Amino acid sequence: MVVSLDFGAVLAEWPQLLRGAAFTLGLTAVSAVLGVGLGVACGWARAWGPAWLRAVVGVYVELIRNTPFIVQLFFIFFGLPSLGVKLNPEIASVIAMVVNLGAYAAEIARAGIEGTPRGQIEAARSLAMTEAQVFLRVVLPPALARVWPAMTSQIVIVMLGSAVCGQIAAQELSYFANLIQSRNFRAFESFIVATAIYLALSILLRQTLNWLGPKWIFGRVPQGR
Amino acid sequence: MVDFSLWDIFRNLLMAARWTVLLSLVAFVGGGLVALGLLLVRLAKLRGAQTGVSAYVQLFQGTPLLMQLFLAYFGLALFGINVPAWLAAALALTLYTSAFLTEIWRGCVNAVPKGQWEAAASLAMSFSETMRHVIGPQALRIALPPTVGFLVQVIKGTALASVIGFIELTKAGTMITNATFKPFTVYACVALMYFLLCWPISAWSRRLERSFKRER
Repeated sequence: MVVSLDFGAVLAEWPQLLRGAAFTLGLTAVSAVLGVGLGVACGWARAWGPAWLRAVVGVYVELIRNTPFIVQLFFIFFGLPSLGVKLNPEIASVIAMVVNLGAYAAEIARAGIEGTPRGQIEAARSLAMTEAQVFLRVVLPPALARVWPAMTSQIVIVMLGSAVCGQIAAQELSYFANLIQSRNFRAFESFIVATAIYLALSILLRQTLNWLGPKWIFGRVPQGR
Repeated sequence: MVDFSLWDIFRNLLMAARWTVLLSLVAFVGGGLVALGLLLVRLAKLRGAQTGVSAYVQLFQGTPLLMQLFLAYFGLALFGINVPAWLAAALALTLYTSAFLTEIWRGCVNAVPKGQWEAAASLAMSFSETMRHVIGPQALRIALPPTVGFLVQVIKGTALASVIGFIELTKAGTMITNATFKPFTVYACVALMYFLLCWPISAWSRRLERSFKRER
């Protein structure tokens, strides 16, 4: 049996693929910044926060980590409007991705925060630093440095997960792959091309984050322990 | 319009959850078998196996599961005529699971001290004897918590099969929503059901991890 593949018909739509890829990256960038921020806040709450806050964050983390992203997305996009909260697909996608990443990032950040040697914290307190200063200047940067590889992987996972956002008509890469195949009926080729672009994006994103972390995010901290 | 009570919604979702469980089991068992094969090929140091298997793992870990599902669905359609959604879903999820389990188990085998390999070699054990009597049992103990933990990822992964039309928990939720116009309640119930499936497994995996740490 001969299977004929025609990639030309798909690649001819490159402006749409490019637009989709750019949108996927933009969606990921916004979600990553907000999601890691939320994760660090929750990580702080779980490691250092008051008991009631610890419990609340614990419930959030467990709920999100034990339910599929697509259900979270559908709940936000289809479910919330019945409470009067109407969202466009892009905003719903960002919220779902931030909420999702936040829960995983919280666990990762907590692991880093809890790995801080007690002596360092006591030393910082003895210099009359405020609690906020101790956390932001002494604990957080090396904690992030320690867990950055895991954080990077999680951000890549969320980027790949964003393919689902096409299902609520957010105009990212998989949405356009779907659109192209519905026009020229080259479904297999269309999804192969989109998958290859996702693979390239994930490699690119991982490299970028590996470079970005030491350079900007925890840069002034000496590496290692 | 038919009036759906909360119990009707819940009961219908519960019926559909059977398919989520079944698909998860198929993917987990199938993926486990494929992963075991890949791992052995890699450990036996067959020519090209190292690069081949790591490219395979890279491919499945670096692309969206949703795209893998679409590729399985439309790729099979190129050869056969009518692909049932459950077949495409089972195939894609099996391959996806196998890539992750290969990587997890490789780490576990690597965690067995090198001296164990050397000791087995010094006793003139063959590769299969070494695996069966020395490395296997030790790696298996280390592998148990992360493997159980990964089962949660597989269960959550099956939710995407809804997109290619397989009627499992998520798809049933969408269909019930269309009939009842109660998206908030329905998706909350769907999420709750996934949680009830996944959370005990997460907790079990964590407990295993803790008990292993204490022993060491």
